Amino acid sequence: MADFDRELDASGLNCPLPILRAKKTLADMESGQVLHIIATDPGSVKDFEAFAKQTGNELMSSGEEGGKFTFLMKKS
Amino acid sequence: MTEKKLAIIATKGTLDWAYPPFILASTAAALGYETEIFFTFYGLQLLKKELNLQVSPLGNPGMPMPMPVPVLLQALPGMQSMMTMMMKQKMKSKGVASLEELRELCQEAEVRMVACQMTVDLFEFSTSDFIDGIEYGGAATFFEFAGDSDICLYI
Repeated sequence: MADFDRELDASGLNCPLPILRAKKTLADMESGQVLHIIATDPGSVKDFEAFAKQTGNELMSSGEEGGKFTFLMKKS
Repeated sequence: MTEKKLAIIATKGTLDWAYPPFILASTAAALGYETEIFFTFYGLQLLKKELNLQVSPLGNPGMPMPMPVPVLLQALPGMQSMMTMMMKQKMKSKGVASLEELRELCQEAEVRMVACQMTVDLFEFSTSDFIDGIEYGGAATFFEFAGDSDICLYI
């Protein structure tokens, strides 16, 4: 299990809120820091990939645990 | 990397159709797009301080209903507010953001919002009906931004 600097629980939120909250949280972080995101919106899996591609933040991992989707994103 | 630009024209003033402009604009802003929404005709309702948007099943056979309701019954008084209430409850239970929240996120992300001056005058709206921080302009104002846009949507 990788370490992270900040955590964002976006459980129960639907598109586009997980992305918008992640963007806001990343804005307060330093370059190179890692954000752990938890979401329940199945659409967020594709969306965080697309978000990473377009913003340059690195999606280090993406997984599912017990109906929840988790992501580790490193700020560019 | 130069910033990409998204230009949206919002023309609809119902609860359901208010979502696409605000969802796309807020997301685009989060992705680094410079974004502008031009509100015209019924889309001006989306800029009102007090949002009181409704959804109607009338003329919308694609709307999923918990049970089939004949069209003539859909026209009865109170049906529209009932449908609107049900839609809002459904959205809340599914974690869909409220329009007020999405609009605020757009404003925080510096999405530029322009109200069409001609239709503001046409409907005799007062600028005090609308939220602060918006601009007023016409078609030429829209093209000034949209002419350089990478994506341009009419909603």
